[in-house]
Amino acid sequence: MNKRGSILRRLMLQLVGAAAVLAAILFVLFQSFARQLAIEAQDNTLFASASAILESVSVQQGEVNVDIPYAALSMLGNVSDDRVFYRIGMGAVPLTGYDDLPGKPGADAVSWTDQYRGDDLRMVQVSRALSVAGTLRDVTVVVGQTQGGLAQKLAQISRMAIFIGAIYFVVASLFAYWTARSTVRPLNAVAEAVARRGPLDLRPVTKPVPSEMAPLMVALNAFISRLDRSLTRSEDFIVEAAHRVRTPLATVRAQAEVTLRRVDRQENRNALKQMIRAVDESSRAAGQLLDHAMVAFRTDHLDQQALDLGAIAAEVVERQTPVAALKDITFDVDITAGGGFNGDAILIQNAVTNLIDNAVKYSPQETTITVSVKGNSLKICDQGPGFPAADIDTLTDRFARGTNVGNTVGSGLGLTIAHEVALAHNGALTLSQNPKGTGACVTLSLPS
Amino acid sequence: MRHFIFAILMWMPVAVFAFEIESEALFEAENETARLRIISSTDEAVFAPIIAQFQSLNPSISVYYVVASSAEISKAISQENEAFDIAISSAMDLQTKLANDGFALQHISAATALVPAWGNWRNSVFTFSQEPATFVLSNAAFEGLEMPRTRQDLISLLRAQPDRFDGKIGTYDVRTSGLGYLFATQDSRTSETFWRLTELMGSLGAKLYCCSSQMIEDVSTGKIAIAYNVLGSYAAARTDLADAVTIVAPQDYTAMMLRTAVILKTATAPDVAGLFVDHLLRGAWGAPPAKEVAEYTRPIPLGPGLLVFLDRLKRRQFLAEWTNAIEQ
Repeated sequence: MNKRGSILRRLMLQLVGAAAVLAAILFVLFQSFARQLAIEAQDNTLFASASAILESVSVQQGEVNVDIPYAALSMLGNVSDDRVFYRIGMGAVPLTGYDDLPGKPGADAVSWTDQYRGDDLRMVQVSRALSVAGTLRDVTVVVGQTQGGLAQKLAQISRMAIFIGAIYFVVASLFAYWTARSTVRPLNAVAEAVARRGPLDLRPVTKPVPSEMAPLMVALNAFISRLDRSLTRSEDFIVEAAHRVRTPLATVRAQAEVTLRRVDRQENRNALKQMIRAVDESSRAAGQLLDHAMVAFRTDHLDQQALDLGAIAAEVVERQTPVAALKDITFDVDITAGGGFNGDAILIQNAVTNLIDNAVKYSPQETTITVSVKGNSLKICDQGPGFPAADIDTLTDRFARGTNVGNTVGSGLGLTIAHEVALAHNGALTLSQNPKGTGACVTLSLPS
Repeated sequence: MRHFIFAILMWMPVAVFAFEIESEALFEAENETARLRIISSTDEAVFAPIIAQFQSLNPSISVYYVVASSAEISKAISQENEAFDIAISSAMDLQTKLANDGFALQHISAATALVPAWGNWRNSVFTFSQEPATFVLSNAAFEGLEMPRTRQDLISLLRAQPDRFDGKIGTYDVRTSGLGYLFATQDSRTSETFWRLTELMGSLGAKLYCCSSQMIEDVSTGKIAIAYNVLGSYAAARTDLADAVTIVAPQDYTAMMLRTAVILKTATAPDVAGLFVDHLLRGAWGAPPAKEVAEYTRPIPLGPGLLVFLDRLKRRQFLAEWTNAIEQ
C-alpha cells in the first residue's frame, strides 16, 4: 500500500506544536506581567517610604527641619536586604541624605531605574511645596533601593512560570493526543467494519460517519454497488450459460444411450460409454455452477426460517439411498434430537446434498457412510480415499479438487458451495480425516 | 556650581580631624603568606585569644590589628579610604551604613549559615556577639533599698527619693559616644519612658560620660549610684569590681547591641578575611548558647532603619531634644 504520512501524527504534531508555542507565549506573558507586578510592589513601598519622609519635613522658626520616621527606612528593610539611599532637597539645595543621588528635577510622584554607586537602583521621587520665610519652595524626596530582592523574586517567578508553562504544555499535549485519536476513530471504525465483512457481503456501508467523511463513504458505496452489479452480471451469465449447455447435453446423452443399445461392436460401445461419461461430467458441472450461482445469490438475500438440521439430513439421506444402493453403500444415520436454528432451507439442503453426494461419490463399493447430527452440527464420514493432507486447506476453493480423486466425476464446486453456505449462516465447514481408519470427515456446524 | 561646593562641604562633616587610632599590634606569623589587616573598636587584649586561636589553625597568616573608636573606623573607611580587610565594631549602625554605602564585600560560607537571620544583613554585616544595655548599680548606695528591675521602677525610685540620688546618676553623653547615641535612639523608639527618664535624670544633675569604663569605675567607688545604659559585658568584665556593683538587665526590655564584622571592599585577600570572619562566627554560633536568652531582650534589628538616626538633620534634632532634656 502506498502510505503517505499519518493523519494522527500530523494532527499530533500540529496540536503539540501549537501547545508549545502557546506555552512559550504564556511563559513570556506571565513573566513580564509578574515582573511588572513585582516592580510595582517595590515602587509602592518606595513611594510609601518617600511620602512618609516628605510628611516629616516641616518649617520651624523659618528653618526647614526633617525628622525622618524610623519606619520610613526600616519598612524597606522588611521587604528585602537591599541597600537604601535617599536624598532630601529644597529646589536645588540639598538638605540631607546622599547628596549625589540622581533625581528628576521638577517631577512629582515618578519612579524610574537609575545607576548609583555601581548598582541599578529603583528610584522614586515625590515633592511638595513648602512656605519658607514667606516664599514657596519645592521640597523633594528621592528614595532609591537596589534590586536584589526584585531579582530574587523574579528568579522565583521565572521558575514558577516555567513550571506553569510545562504543566500547560503537558495538559495541552494530552488533550491533543485525545483529540487526534477521536478524530481518527471514525476512519478506523469504517475500516474495521469493511474489513470484518464476509467476501460476499456487498451491501453498502451504512455506518454513521462525520460529515467530512461522507464523500468518501458515497464513493466507497458507489464502488461497492458497481462491483455488486458486475458480479451479479457474471453470475447471471453463468446461469444462462449452464442452462444453455445442460439442455443440449441432455439431448446428446439421450441420443447416446439410444445409440448404445443399438451398437454391438465392442470398440464402438466403449467410445459411446466414454461419451456418455463425459456428457455426465459436463452436465454435473453445469448443474453445480447453477447451484453455486444460486447460493451466491441467496447469501446476499438470506431467507430466515426455523430449521432442523436433523430433519434435513434425514431427508437428503433418504433421497440419496437409491444412488448409494447401486454401489452397495449403506448409511449409518445417528440423529440426536434438539438444536434448531434460523437459516435458508434451500441453501442448507443444497449444502447437505452436496456433502452426502460427495461422500457417496468417493466411497468405494460395499462401505458405510456415517451421518451423525448433534445439535446444530452435522458430521459425515466415509471410507473413501480421504483428503490429501497438503490440500486440506484449499479444497473449499472454487474448482479445487484433491490430488487423489482418480477418475471420479466432479467439478470442484461441491465443497465450495457447502463452505459458502456455512459462512453465510455464520457457521463453519471443517474437513478432517476419518478417525476410524481411512476416509474423510466433513463437519458442518451452524450457530444456534 | 556654588550649590555643588556647598553640597560637598555639607556632606563631609568637619574633615579637619584625621583618622585617629588608639593602638596597633602585629601578630606575626613565622612563614607569612598573607597579612590580615583588621580595624576594630574592641581592645586587642579581648581579641588576642581569638587571633591566637585563628593563627593556630592558619599558622601562615599574620594579623595586623588596629584599635580605633567606632566613629573613627567609619571615617577611616568611608572618607580616608584606608585599606583594611575587616572592620569589627560595636557600632552596628555605622557598620550597616558601611555595607549600605557599598564599602562591604558579600561573603557566603558554611559558617555564615550558622548566623540567625536577624544577625546577618545582606551577607555583609555579621553578628558575632550580642551585648545588653544595662543598669549598673552601686551596692553601697542601694544598701537597705530594693534595686530597680525596670525603667518604671527606676523612675519611681528617683521620684520618691530625689535627694538621695541628686548628682548620683550617670549616663553616656550621646553627643560624643556612638554607643550611647545608639542606645538612646533605640530607647526613644521603643518606649516613651525614655524621655521621662532623661528629663528626670537631667533634673537630678546627671553626670555625662564619654565611655563605659569611667562610668563603671565611678559606680564602684560610690561617686555615682546608678549608671544607665551601660554595656553589661563591659561591667561584667570588671571582675575586680564584682562585689561593689550589681548589673541589672531591665526587665521591661533590654536592648541588645550587636557586635558585627564586615569584610571591606578594600580587602586585598577577601578569602583570608572570609576565613577570619568564619572563625569568629563559628566561635559565636557554632555551639548552642550556654544560657537561655531572657525573653525581654530585644536585639536591635540590622537594616536600613539604622540609617535614620545617622541622618544629619535627624541627629541634629535628636541631640537638640536630648540636650534640652538632660541640661536643666
